[in-house]
Amino acid sequence: MNNKQITLIKTGIFLLALTPFSLLLLRGWSNELGANPIETITNTTGIWILRFLVITLAITPLRRLTGQAILIRFRRMMGLFTFFYASLHFLTYVWLDQYFDWPFIVEDIAEHPYIIVGFTTFLILLSLAVTSPRFMIRKMGKNWKNLHRLVYLAAFLGTTHFIWQVKSDIREPLLYFALFSVLMLLRIPAIQRKTPQFTGWFRSVKA
Amino acid sequence: MLIKRSSDIEQLSGIRPSEITNKEIYQSRRRFLRGGTALALGSGLGISSMLATQKVSHAASKFSNLIKSPFNAGETLTPYKDVTSYNNYYEFGTSKSSPAVMAKNFKTKPWTITVRGEVEKPLTLGMEDILKHYPMEERIYRLRCVEAWSMVVPWVGFPLASLIKDMKPTSKAKYISFRTLYDPKRMAGQKPALFGSGLDWPYREGLRMDEAMNPLTILAVGLYGEIMPNQNGAPIRLIVPWKYGFKSIKSIVSIEFTENRPNTTWAMLAPKEYGFYANVNPDVDHPRWSQSRERRLGEFRKRKTLLFNGYAEQVAGMYKDLDMKKFF
Repeated sequence: MNNKQITLIKTGIFLLALTPFSLLLLRGWSNELGANPIETITNTTGIWILRFLVITLAITPLRRLTGQAILIRFRRMMGLFTFFYASLHFLTYVWLDQYFDWPFIVEDIAEHPYIIVGFTTFLILLSLAVTSPRFMIRKMGKNWKNLHRLVYLAAFLGTTHFIWQVKSDIREPLLYFALFSVLMLLRIPAIQRKTPQFTGWFRSVKA
Repeated sequence: MLIKRSSDIEQLSGIRPSEITNKEIYQSRRRFLRGGTALALGSGLGISSMLATQKVSHAASKFSNLIKSPFNAGETLTPYKDVTSYNNYYEFGTSKSSPAVMAKNFKTKPWTITVRGEVEKPLTLGMEDILKHYPMEERIYRLRCVEAWSMVVPWVGFPLASLIKDMKPTSKAKYISFRTLYDPKRMAGQKPALFGSGLDWPYREGLRMDEAMNPLTILAVGLYGEIMPNQNGAPIRLIVPWKYGFKSIKSIVSIEFTENRPNTTWAMLAPKEYGFYANVNPDVDHPRWSQSRERRLGEFRKRKTLLFNGYAEQVAGMYKDLDMKKFF
């Protein structure tokens, strides 16, 4: 696969990844966000953070299972889209939901664990996004890998944040918990040795 | 915004146009300009200005001769569309939008309510008799959900006190408890599932007798002058406007007078988060989120939550000896 093809695929994925955001704008513009638009925006941006985090964390195991090295070329973009939706989610909270009422926001963060957990997750994703450019990887060396392992913590905290604001029906947060658990189990060497690989099913595409 | 109405009612009673029931007339004058979301949000305009109230087609029968009640919040009504599409009714699914869909074909005829416990004569009431016997009033109340949003709804109903007097409870009756229909075939949310909604069916709620007898407490059988939409708790539900919405139990099939405090659904599920009283109180937070402010549906900025949801004048006296932080 040449660079031109990769760029084409990347552009396609980029536009696809923007769809949830575009749909939200469209629904807002055509007045279809429901009785509580701010809640709809908060929930929609929130769930897409977790979805993109699942996609991001699925790339490494998928690469191993399928032998498709090319997949890794899309990982950073998926990670950055996770951060994009996290930023929208955070912005929705401070702007639309709280309307920059800083004293209240500080109190909210201090007093309510699910807000603290959500805020911490955002800070982690922010630090990962800031250190994502290639020159940062070079500059940070070994520290880069250590820092970026925090993505697993972000997945766990993000799911906790979700569970903690649900009143009683925890089915959806549990689904994400299960998905993240599987993706983490697939990273354990002892488990990796036992999982079959399907490299033969695909025509190998070099990255 | 207010357009003078030619009706006599307004001149005679001084009722503001927004308080008049007739939905068509009311909505026809509330056709707000639509704005682009980003623009409206960005400039901090109320979202209400974007929420153009579309005409909803719904053929439900209307109540005639409704008594205009003195209990009127005197605030802008939440549009019919929002009241009937944003519902917490876990018997019909746990998302806000699912009750309107899942309860669509719910049959509420025939419907009976059994009355038992500490009463002179236990009996079964037919819904038709209730509708015939009690003069229906319009009550425009604020509804504050424990999730920190609120709406203003023109309910149709009658005082629970009238029914209680007719039932002649004994001197032992200290509490009144209610149950929602339990029928998983008709209420899909009650079907057993691995990690279901988390609630223990049937839904149960209860009040102290003085709370039940308070003139504000009603049994509602309709809203916006029409029979109760299924998703809002048809055919008959409780409305206790100074308490969080979950106290206002829907689709009631059983009323029981008891000597001891009855178990209530949310308090059974999470006793540290939901109490028996559940009085709206900005000073007592839910353990996981703040209760000091709320989002009125249709408004952009949050507003301050009022003690007893603004009904302190009518109800505060009942709790003067109660530690509201402990008995939340």
